[in-house]
Amino acid sequence: MAHPSQLGFQDAASPVMEELLHFHDHALMIVFLISTLVLYIIVAMVSTKLTNKYILDSQEIEVIWTILPAFILILIALPSLRILYLMDEINDPHLTIKAMGHQWYWSYEYTDYEDLGFDSYMLPTQDLAPGQFRLLEADHRMVIPVESPIRVLVSAEDVLHSWAVPSLGVKMDAVPGRLNQTAFIASRPGVFYGQCSEICGANHSFMPIVVEAVPLQYFEKWSSLMLED
Amino acid sequence: MKGVLMYLKVFSFPPACILNKMSIDRVVSTDVKMAEDIQAKLEKYRTAPFDARFPNQNQTRNCWSNYLDYHRCQKALDAKGVDTAPCDWYKRVYKSLCPISWIQKWDDQREEGTFPGKI
Repeated sequence: MAHPSQLGFQDAASPVMEELLHFHDHALMIVFLISTLVLYIIVAMVSTKLTNKYILDSQEIEVIWTILPAFILILIALPSLRILYLMDEINDPHLTIKAMGHQWYWSYEYTDYEDLGFDSYMLPTQDLAPGQFRLLEADHRMVIPVESPIRVLVSAEDVLHSWAVPSLGVKMDAVPGRLNQTAFIASRPGVFYGQCSEICGANHSFMPIVVEAVPLQYFEKWSSLMLED
Repeated sequence: MKGVLMYLKVFSFPPACILNKMSIDRVVSTDVKMAEDIQAKLEKYRTAPFDARFPNQNQTRNCWSNYLDYHRCQKALDAKGVDTAPCDWYKRVYKSLCPISWIQKWDDQREEGTFPGKI
């Protein structure tokens, strides 16, 4: 989850997010290299005592500074397109969960076998136990089995919301009357936090998303317990 | 990368148009085989599989389509006096995909006679 003075992304919890993270590192490194080069040239130009009055053109350097940027762009585009197509791969989910956005809470429905549905409200700050995270904890977490492809269908019951979990690399708008599909795999067990990402009224900042990835046996136990309630 | 690719499989099921083409003249053994196939598929059911008719982000039509197909299948097989077990596939799929509130709303509309779809 997010931590104070954080500079980069949260630790990846899904294979797609890992790829996105590595791509971001790659693109950012290229950007730093180019920026450093340009800054160096600017400083060098500004601080020299030499002046040059006689060069009018130079085909060689023109070729270099056309081909080299084109090559750098290809170097960025290829991994980018690879990830884009990777995210669009057809997958065969093991579980479908519906995340419905309301003002101002999420409700999760697990209806593949039985009709399991529950609401997930933010825990008020005064009710937090020591060690819990302010404005991020919820009373009921969306529990999923680890290492299983999950399909999440996101929709809303009133206004626009958006279901986002940064460490899983997922963000999907919740539109009333529309069922938006997203899919992911949680590569490791853990608790992953996100927040509503589309302005939806007074408590837009206070309807967090908490996903808990557990081994399959614990998921089955949890879902039986939830059904009994 | 490998972790993502490991989980990629395509799963397909005969679309609704095949059921609509069933007629009384059809050979009985084909009906029985189809019912057995559907039973086998239902037993192995985990969740709604990938449907090539709805490959993109917007799955609204997928939910709507399966809801309609279930009720049309029920109506058609009831009219013929045949076992409606094959219709259960559509039921499982729409239950997986459609939000509970949408299903309740549509069920109420069907009872009132104000359901907008053609069944």
